[in-house]
Amino acid sequence: MIDNPKNGMSLLVKTITRITVGLILLFGIYIVLHGHLSPGGGFAGGVIVALSLVHLILAFGREAKVAKISMNLASNLESLGALMFLSVALLGFLGGTFFLNVLNKGLPFKLFSAGTIPFSNISISIKVGVGLFAIFLALIILEGTKRKR
Amino acid sequence: MTLYFLCLVLFCIGLYGVLRKRNIVKIIIGIGIIEYSMNLFFVLLGYKLHGRAPIDAQNQDILNMVDPIPQALVLTSIVIGLGITALLISIAIRIYDKYGTFDITKIKRLKG
Amino acid sequence: MSNPIFITYFVIIPLFAAFFISLAGKYIKRLYVDAISSVFCFLLLVFSLYGVNVLHKLGGVLVYKIGGWVPPFGICMVLDGLSSFMLVTVNLVAFFICVYSVSYMEKYTDKPKFFTLFFLMLAGMNGLVVTGDLFNLFVFLEIASIASYALVAFGTEAEELEASFKYAIMGTVASSFIFIGIAFLYGFTSTLNMADMARVLTTKTNTLLLPFTAVLFLMGFGLKAALVPFHAWLPDAHPSAPASISAMLSGVLIKTLGVYAMIRIFFNILGITNIYLSAMMFLGGLSLITAVILALSQWDLKRLLAYHSISQIGYIFLGIGLGTPLGILGGLLHLFNHSVFKSLLFLNSGAIDYAINTRDLKEMSGLKEKMPVTANTNLIASMSIAGIPPFNGFFSKFIIILACIQKGFMGYALVAVIGSLLTLSSFMKVQKYAFLGELKEKYKNIKEVPMAMKVSMVGLALICIFGGFMLLPSLKFFLNSAVNVLLEGRGYAQVVLEAAAK
Repeated sequence: MIDNPKNGMSLLVKTITRITVGLILLFGIYIVLHGHLSPGGGFAGGVIVALSLVHLILAFGREAKVAKISMNLASNLESLGALMFLSVALLGFLGGTFFLNVLNKGLPFKLFSAGTIPFSNISISIKVGVGLFAIFLALIILEGTKRKR
Repeated sequence: MTLYFLCLVLFCIGLYGVLRKRNIVKIIIGIGIIEYSMNLFFVLLGYKLHGRAPIDAQNQDILNMVDPIPQALVLTSIVIGLGITALLISIAIRIYDKYGTFDITKIKRLKG
Repeated sequence: MSNPIFITYFVIIPLFAAFFISLAGKYIKRLYVDAISSVFCFLLLVFSLYGVNVLHKLGGVLVYKIGGWVPPFGICMVLDGLSSFMLVTVNLVAFFICVYSVSYMEKYTDKPKFFTLFFLMLAGMNGLVVTGDLFNLFVFLEIASIASYALVAFGTEAEELEASFKYAIMGTVASSFIFIGIAFLYGFTSTLNMADMARVLTTKTNTLLLPFTAVLFLMGFGLKAALVPFHAWLPDAHPSAPASISAMLSGVLIKTLGVYAMIRIFFNILGITNIYLSAMMFLGGLSLITAVILALSQWDLKRLLAYHSISQIGYIFLGIGLGTPLGILGGLLHLFNHSVFKSLLFLNSGAIDYAINTRDLKEMSGLKEKMPVTANTNLIASMSIAGIPPFNGFFSKFIIILACIQKGFMGYALVAVIGSLLTLSSFMKVQKYAFLGELKEKYKNIKEVPMAMKVSMVGLALICIFGGFMLLPSLKFFLNSAVNVLLEGRGYAQVVLEAAAK
């Protein structure tokens, strides 16, 4: 990460960010994976994952390496997330009806249970997370080009 | 009963913001307040007296939970609100680029 | 044969097409993107016609239970007469507009994004027509609305952004009114399935809550349908969009989001009473006359067409608000006809815009010699909207006026006739200024529009000419099934719950 004092916020914020970004990302992934056991699920977990990346850009300024992830990659990942969700829904056709829960439903209250619900959660979290991050990138890149004029 | 009435009062405050404020960003904040008040109203509809959170854990029985359906629906509605807010803000930024002002009384090229 | 699985294809195919084109549009050639989108639209059209055929042989409703969950525990998709009628309207117009925008959108940047948003809007509209669950209707309404807000601002000129902002704010407030109405209905009946809610509402009623909810729905869906007190966004939003999107918005979006949703909720769930009917008729008559007078002073071609959209929606509400079988038949037939000829009018204005880059009627004249296909299809569409026999507009307007007289509302019949005459004069103005007369010097080198645009305009014009044939006794089942769904009112609940229990 860049320690340049001109970019981003103060040194205090940068140091703390290095510690907490990993924790926030991990917390987001925990909420996504336990979506069928505790409150949360795809939407909330996806927003937290996106927020961890936004946190990095806020702390380290516009030249942080993560901001260089191009819009192309974000847009592709987002469409991929949506197509994954649609394919999970179409998997229900194997069982008979649309959106049926076809995988093995295991014992309740375990992590690997409830059929296709964790896969829906994961694909929704990819879509929402990357989508929110792409919106943020679009807004700051627009701001950046305006300031250069 | 007063809770529902206060939710509708919040809705009216948001509606006042949309109708009377001149700055585009304040109108967007008014729309945000309208959405929050609607979601709050819908969640409050599911309340049962002395109910607990509708989470099914391993050693608790299913009695006396509040209604979980409005909570699932409000989750969807919050994401819809997020999408609309993001769209409105990007339109507002582009409007500032083209017109040079955030004042809606000056953004009036289409008339008739 | 009566396996209702094809109902889900109406939602799956546009969603898949939207995200697939968004992903693959950067990597494959432009020609393949155009071809894939046209193929998907054609598939949807084929499935909608197949749906009409299946319903005609079966004679009942088709219910598809998503995930196998029996309603009222799960969401179901219902295909009855009204849904299949709306599906054919939406997919037919969408197919022609998709073919048209293959060559029209060359003038704008980024065609794959356009097709993504277009298919998302189409998925929202198809899903709204097919669904049997009230909150699912709201979600699809929002999908289609947000896609249309983004599409209106597609060209990102200054005026387009201003129009899109106004449309988005008003549309969001309307959606919030609809959401509060749904919240009240859920709190009262404790179910979200439309058939189950209708069944519950026949037994318990409340003289204070239900009319309040009906007013909320009238405000919310009335804004989406552009009835007169709620019409202020339409004359700004529809001209600013690209021409194919104007045709899509004016042709099908205000009809599914506004008219279909309102009549489904009012007739089948809340139960129609004379107060609601007279409210619909009053607002319809007001829209008719106000919009057509406002359209007389417009010199911008697309703004004139947008005001006429408001006026024709007034006709549809006037017809449906009568409540008699003849009136509802006229209203629904006018819905189909207006989708076809208004889309054709907007596509013509897009063709003029493509050729000479202006929309001002004072600037153009004498285009008939250089653009014969556009001029002739415009003549056909203008005669349709003014109600000249034997084009399809004449039949629907005649049935509506006849139904008004049959029920004794002479005032509304007079208003409808005056509106029709003023519409005729408005389109005579368009013909005179745009197509007849001397060709200006600077336009000596313009050419006719490309082949894809010509094909779609000619296709829609053919439907205008032969649309009257839908009233023949052998083809009238298409409309009669739709009319019967509305007339049986809350009996819808019984039919759907029986079909779902099978």
